[in-house]
Amino acid sequence: MSATTKTLPESEPALLEARNLVMEFGTASGGVLTQKKSVFRAVDDVSLSVRHGRTLAVVGESGSGKSTTARIIAKLLPATSGSIFVEGEDVTDVSKDALRRFRRQVQVVFQDPFSSLNPRHTVDRIITAPLDYQGITVPGGKRRLVKELMERVGLDPDHSGRYPSQFSGGQAQRIGIARALAVKPKLLICDEAVSALDVSVQAQVINLFKSLQAENGYSIVFIAHDLAVVRQIAHDVMVMNRGAVVEQGSRDDIFDRPQEQYTKTLLAAIPTINPEWEARRRMNEQRVGAAT
Amino acid sequence: MVSYFLRRLFSVAVILFFVSFLTFVIFFQLSPDPAVMICGKTCTPERIEQIREQLGVNQPFLTQFFTFLGGIFAGRSYGAGEAAIHCAAPCLGFSFQTSQSVMDMIVSRLPVSITIAAGAAVLWLLIGVSAGLISAIKSGTWWDKGAMMFALGGISLPNYFIALVLQYVLVVQLQILPFPSTPDFAEDPLFWFQSYIMPWSVLAFGYASMYARLTRANVLDTLGENFMRTARAKGLPPLLVLRRHALRPSLTPIVTLFGMDFAGLLGGALITETVFGLNGVGKLAADSIGKNDQPVIMGVTLMAALFVVVANVVVDLLYAFLDPRVRIKA
Amino acid sequence: MRHDQKGSIPANHLLAVTGLGVRFPTPKGPVDVVKDLSFTLDRGQTLGIVGESGSGKSMTSLAIMGLLPKDAKVTGSILLNGSQTVDRSDAELRKLRGDSMAMVFQDPLSSLNPYYTVGLQITEAYRAHRNVSRRAARAVALEAMAQVQIKDPQLRIDQYPHQFSGGMRQRIMIAIALCCEPDLIIADEPTTALDVTVQAQILALMADLQKETGAGMIFITHDLAVVSQVAQNVIVMNTGRPVESGTTEQIFSAPAHPYTRALLNAIPRLDDDLEELKMVQEFTRPKVTPAAVTTS
Ligand SMILES: Nc1ncnc2c1ncn2[C@@H]1O[C@H](COP(=O)(O)OP(=O)(O)OP(=O)(O)O)[C@@H](O)[C@H]1O
Ligand SMILES: Nc1ncnc2c1ncn2[C@@H]1O[C@H](COP(=O)(O)OP(=O)(O)OP(=O)(O)O)[C@@H](O)[C@H]1O
Ligand SMILES: [Mg+2]
Ligand SMILES: [Mg+2]
Repeated sequence: MSATTKTLPESEPALLEARNLVMEFGTASGGVLTQKKSVFRAVDDVSLSVRHGRTLAVVGESGSGKSTTARIIAKLLPATSGSIFVEGEDVTDVSKDALRRFRRQVQVVFQDPFSSLNPRHTVDRIITAPLDYQGITVPGGKRRLVKELMERVGLDPDHSGRYPSQFSGGQAQRIGIARALAVKPKLLICDEAVSALDVSVQAQVINLFKSLQAENGYSIVFIAHDLAVVRQIAHDVMVMNRGAVVEQGSRDDIFDRPQEQYTKTLLAAIPTINPEWEARRRMNEQRVGAAT
Repeated sequence: MVSYFLRRLFSVAVILFFVSFLTFVIFFQLSPDPAVMICGKTCTPERIEQIREQLGVNQPFLTQFFTFLGGIFAGRSYGAGEAAIHCAAPCLGFSFQTSQSVMDMIVSRLPVSITIAAGAAVLWLLIGVSAGLISAIKSGTWWDKGAMMFALGGISLPNYFIALVLQYVLVVQLQILPFPSTPDFAEDPLFWFQSYIMPWSVLAFGYASMYARLTRANVLDTLGENFMRTARAKGLPPLLVLRRHALRPSLTPIVTLFGMDFAGLLGGALITETVFGLNGVGKLAADSIGKNDQPVIMGVTLMAALFVVVANVVVDLLYAFLDPRVRIKA
Repeated sequence: MRHDQKGSIPANHLLAVTGLGVRFPTPKGPVDVVKDLSFTLDRGQTLGIVGESGSGKSMTSLAIMGLLPKDAKVTGSILLNGSQTVDRSDAELRKLRGDSMAMVFQDPLSSLNPYYTVGLQITEAYRAHRNVSRRAARAVALEAMAQVQIKDPQLRIDQYPHQFSGGMRQRIMIAIALCCEPDLIIADEPTTALDVTVQAQILALMADLQKETGAGMIFITHDLAVVSQVAQNVIVMNTGRPVESGTTEQIFSAPAHPYTRALLNAIPRLDDDLEELKMVQEFTRPKVTPAAVTTS
């Protein structure tokens, strides 16, 4: 599989750039003493760059290393090899202090909502945790910020005293989103951040991402399986399969002119509603629209 | 795994070095001149100087410290020439009071402390963990409330108070137990058991209370986990759900705590041993503090530190063994 | 409502839910997270439940499984194979769980026990209901893992959940639910973490299994295209209440309720380019009330 990469015209250093990332996991099987060790390469020579104010979507097979790549660039997992640059500066091995600054700029929304929320903390506390960790004070007070964030992701602010277990899957996911937005990151990494949301709430969250992006110029790495959503939010798209990058390019390149077979297969497999039903519904809709 | 282990061993050595340095500073440098103490009331300046020389306390501080460390690893001699006294390899010096080797004193007292700690540990684990477990499963019932009241008592009542009350009631009034002492197990097992049961219980009470509360909290947390729902959704028998899915996540953190607590006690259960007059390491420490017997204090402190630091490593390894998420990373 | 159109006796249905309500006490008074929900499901059929996030879809599933938190209060009736499951003792329900009804939970990582290998977590489900040896159960687990498209199951079976990717964990949840060939499968967003090709394979697997065993399925999802493909009937939910139900064709070609219409209009499409994605509120006036603030 040869990766087709269209080099993008570069005028300034990318916000985040990763070069030749490799992640190998030791896969031990058997008992503690009778372990058989082998190495499994989950991320295989992945390079990517996230431009200022842009959204890079990562799509691909389940188990192809998307989340692992995300954890590496968020510096939550040390890569086996490869390097990471933020605005041209090498941050592959940095001091604790620099890491703290890095964390302030990068926030992650994790794939499994409940596992990333402390079950013993109220939503209030969860959302403000990164602020406390960073020692950031909020002008209007934390309470107001929590209320505002909850509203913007479509949660009832009256529920800020509840615990994660009292929320639905999609609501828990939005708590994670609100937490990530609390510190106004420069880079937001969303690992399947809208997969548990109905299309309407999903639209609300994506519009929020887009409008914040327009306001603050932050960048997004957006991992998702829903290609229609990806098409709405992404500027650039990276397709992964078996740990490696299959194809990388601008949104229109990938969606309209895919080069690799895997990408074509992926696009062809998008489930659709029976077009006949769709047509009938649209006709009805127009009739109703005309009547009122 | 091997390199991890070596790294840990190195850090153990570093920690012990600093602990010994600190205790050395505190006990030898900041306390009254031992020569004056040893010399007693009728004493001449020459005599004091002589004793100083023999103890080596007239040397510069660092030299003293390294001589002390050297004594631990290679043994050392006190005094010079004919009058020199040799002290073999793990040498912690001699007691100012009794002139016995500190190492010998500690080693001879260790079995008592181990017996006390081990017996108490069995009791507190059995009682604490099962009480916590029952409380959690029957949370909100009278079982739960009763056990937690009891546990609150165990935490808030001081050890020595319980010890004195028990001794008064069981030994003095009812006379169903002998005064605690430290007999040999082999000679008379029943008497051995009767002598130790009170110290065990007193020591275990506080710990059991703490462990009961902790177990209860952990089990309650685990019962609320989503994977417990999955286990029930599979239709597993309730006891299996509890034993397999709830117990292991709840008890793993307790293993860590237990290792540290137990190791701490090997360094002597100071209060319990003193109150019951049992000649363990804890009583030795208490006595030597009272008499400002610096080499003994120093020796006991180092020994206790060694236990705790080693336990720390053991516990970490054990934790990695018990929690696959940690194990696979290491 | 579509249920009991034929006026048939409930015993004919695999599952008949009537007037289901789920209520939680909260400091601000009781909250009805599910209210007045009725539907039936026949063998071999799939019922899709779609709707707002937080509208009570998962709570409905848990009510059927008898796995709601202790403080939840369930009202109404749930007949599984003609017998009532509401208010049945946990011991009786236990025999049904896993065997007669199984559930794929929404959040796979937290729904798997981090302390045990996925192999054990699959086999224990199988062995709870089948009297088989450890080895036989392992063979079943290996096959189930292969069926849900996990590569190299021989190696994977002895790994722990944290060593899997999100989508692989989700497929393990599916393997656990399917291994005992239950009569009723409740799949709560079973394919959200799967790419479209693996998703297609998993959906095909579930359909095959349904054909083979005649299992009925409740399929909860936000992916309306998927539901239109797998379900014969659909319920649309909003704030704890069903707003519309009918055959899939009805719902997708002639939605009656404004919320359903708005939901279908809000689906992002591959072929148009929007500055802003559409929310339901833009299609419906008056605005739909936010989730679960209905106090009674
Ligand atoms: N801690 C780990 N130990 C061993 N293997 C791991 C570990 N974490 C991930 N893997 C393996 O790495 C591969 C990639 O996983 P990753 O979570 O990055 O996939 P993904 O692309 O996010 O997939 P999905 O879309 O299913 O979430 C998988 O095969 C997974 O089993
Ligand atoms: N313990 C609880 N106490 C109070 N309210 C709760 C509790 N648990 C859940 N809820 C509420 O019940 C409602 C329904 O939750 P449910 O999980 O069924 O939603 P859902 O339809 O599955 O949503 P999603 O698509 O986001 O998973 C939510 O609004 C949630 O906040
Ligand atoms: Mg992932
Ligand atoms: Mg749900």
